[in-house]
Amino acid sequence: MLDFFEKIGGTIRSKITRLGAATRLFFSIISYSSDSFKRFNLTIREIYFTGVLSLVIIVVSAFFVGMVLGLQGYYTLQKYGSSEAIGVLVALALVRELGPVVTALLFAGRAGTAITAEIGLMKATEQLSAMEMMAVSPVARIVAPRFWAGIITMPLLASIFSMVGVLGGYVVAVPLIGVDEGAFWSQMQANVDFNYDIVNGFIKSVVFGIACTIIALFEGYDAPPTAEGVSRATTRTVVTSSLAVLGLDFVLTSFMLTV
Amino acid sequence: MDRIKLDAWVGIFVALGLIALMGLAMKVGNLTSNDIKTTYYVTANFENIGGLKPRAPVKSAGVVVGRVDSIVFDTKIYEAIVTMSIDERYVFPKDTFANIYTAGLLGEQYIGLEAGGDPDNLEANDKITQTQDAVVLEKLISQFLYNQASKEED
Repeated sequence: MLDFFEKIGGTIRSKITRLGAATRLFFSIISYSSDSFKRFNLTIREIYFTGVLSLVIIVVSAFFVGMVLGLQGYYTLQKYGSSEAIGVLVALALVRELGPVVTALLFAGRAGTAITAEIGLMKATEQLSAMEMMAVSPVARIVAPRFWAGIITMPLLASIFSMVGVLGGYVVAVPLIGVDEGAFWSQMQANVDFNYDIVNGFIKSVVFGIACTIIALFEGYDAPPTAEGVSRATTRTVVTSSLAVLGLDFVLTSFMLTV
Repeated sequence: MDRIKLDAWVGIFVALGLIALMGLAMKVGNLTSNDIKTTYYVTANFENIGGLKPRAPVKSAGVVVGRVDSIVFDTKIYEAIVTMSIDERYVFPKDTFANIYTAGLLGEQYIGLEAGGDPDNLEANDKITQTQDAVVLEKLISQFLYNQASKEED
């Protein structure tokens, strides 16, 4: 029985310690950020790996999500005789929720795991220690550029996701189902507000970008320097990022809806 | 991969992202149709605003001329004070009538302005004195039942 409580206490303590370490990493990234802006080509390289290489999965899944939203939305809306509102439904669902959230989940799976595995392996092969020996801070050289790349990439990917998703919804609604094209766009424009919907979605994607990147970086930086440790850290990245994104989404949405 | 190629790809990616954001703003959102820029405020008192909400449209002859800015409850007169921001291009006579209408059967509520015949126009921070409240379904039904009952007595 005592063992049981000891285990619970130990788990909670280690979680809190890790949270503290992650916060410390976050602030040391912020303090080294000026270096990563001075050598911006490092950040550009990371934008290529996290952003450009994620484009295909983002575009393809956005198109399918948009098409499914179009089909499902039409199925329900036509019962009420308001199938023209399908544009509003697709656009609002994508811009407010699905764009930022699904992009963040895909981002955690596609780019977050890569970051964790890369940094974890660097640590396991003692590349990070070698850098420290050469008086090069690994946080400045390795971690900070990836952090800023993640923050720059995530909102752009989410915008692309939302736009492509709307186009997917358009393809299903207008040519396939036969909803009037003018009504599709005009109802959408009348009901999607720039300040309330699009900017809020953008803010969400920035927050998710910070959360996903910092989790991926910390898991990699904190991974035990073994093959097993790196693989576990990669798994934890996906799990923690997904939970963080969904939890943050609820918090952000409840803040935004009250305004 | 060499530096120039990398830069080119990242450039394409950032451009795509910005185009998507612009597309969202222009094509999906209302940044282009939202051409109400300079506005003036007028207020109106209502005994009952029904389901009117801030940012609801203010229409005249069906054209959106402004938006509801804020709704507050005044405990001195026990009425709702609705502040509307109206596009500067549109001016209305002093005796304009403000009604709360419902768009469609289940639609959102909006304020309809009906121009009067006064030669003077409403100015900023003026008050519209003639208002008509939102239709409350329960009141309407009870009125109808009351009328029916009084008819049967005759």
